[in-house]
Amino acid sequence: MSDVGVSEVRCPACEGDVEIDSSTRQFEIVECPDCRSELEVIGLSPMTLALAPEVDEDWGE
Amino acid sequence: MAADRLRVAVFGASGYVGGELLRLLLGHPQVEIAAATSTRYAGRPVGTVHPNLRGLTGLRFRSPEEMGGFDVVFLAAELQTAIKVGADLAKRNECLIDLSPAYRLRDPAVFERYYGTAHTAPELLGSFVSGHPEDNRAALRTARLVSVPGCMVIATLIALRPFAADDLVDGDVIVDCRIGSSGSGAAAERLNLHAERSGALRVFAPHGHRHEAEVCQASGLAVRMTATGVEAVRGAQVVCHVPLRRPLSEVEIRRLYRDAYADEPFVRVIAQRRGLYRLPEPKILIGSNFCDVGFSVTPDGRRVVAVAALDNLMKGSAGTGVQCLNIRMGWPERLGLAFAGLHPI
Repeated sequence: MSDVGVSEVRCPACEGDVEIDSSTRQFEIVECPDCRSELEVIGLSPMTLALAPEVDEDWGE
Repeated sequence: MAADRLRVAVFGASGYVGGELLRLLLGHPQVEIAAATSTRYAGRPVGTVHPNLRGLTGLRFRSPEEMGGFDVVFLAAELQTAIKVGADLAKRNECLIDLSPAYRLRDPAVFERYYGTAHTAPELLGSFVSGHPEDNRAALRTARLVSVPGCMVIATLIALRPFAADDLVDGDVIVDCRIGSSGSGAAAERLNLHAERSGALRVFAPHGHRHEAEVCQASGLAVRMTATGVEAVRGAQVVCHVPLRRPLSEVEIRRLYRDAYADEPFVRVIAQRRGLYRLPEPKILIGSNFCDVGFSVTPDGRRVVAVAALDNLMKGSAGTGVQCLNIRMGWPERLGLAFAGLHPI
């Protein structure tokens, strides 16, 4: 088993807890387990998340 | 059969709710089904009417006379029968859990207004504890008489609870309910013919649905309800338009829901930004006792669209009935109910 640390970061969209492991790199995309937002890692020290740019879907419009 | 199992009976066991109760109770580790009644099918194996139960039990329907001495009776009969037998069942058995609409409303005048007929046992109204665990858990622990709310009521109360509890609602709440055909029961009326039902989006109650009175009674809110029958066998979904007293952000509303339901075993907050099932849908809840609840808020924060979904025969009826039983007996609330819904279906 690898020795990877995990930190909890608050989702900027819903304030849910997002677990980020220490191997995560800047600009990586992670997903909030609560609201399913795609989040971009914009800083590593401290670990900082922002909403990733969305590709809009066309639901029959 | 273990001697220490609870002896339960299902009165009105040939209907859809009765069948769902039998399915759940057959799998419940603390329960023995001592009787299942049906006037029409007395003497026949329960698998005759509920083919999903074939091979799982040798139980036969019995006639509903002399129903006394059980630890718990589930009453799953239609309204008038439930009113007729309720007092006797309450007197002759330790505990009665009613799933009919007979004893949900407390005020006889409100009952008459919504049901179009006077209640013939008004002295019993008000003596039943509402079988809505999310609001009434403490009272259910000692209740002898329990009345489980209607399916759309359960979904609506779960959707509205955080706003009602914090006095956040400003004005009438509009609730648009959609429900599958099993919600209209097992009677073979013309409206349930495949030719009439298939493909229909039938607004069968544009206003004044009976469940509206229950929601108003339980929540204290002014609620206006519309009900539509949709192309599904099971499932109910409510879309509630809630005007807010002050603007709330998405994060604040999510916090309200989290706080309200963090410890609830069968309520999940589902409001996602991605994926196929972003807001609650009955489709993935079929057969389960979960009620999913979610929301979207308008950009000005003044109006929330709260959505809740459940399986009308499970969390909307029989499942909640068994959940009430678990609470009443001091058993773990998930006992016999912990399974997920089906996917895909």
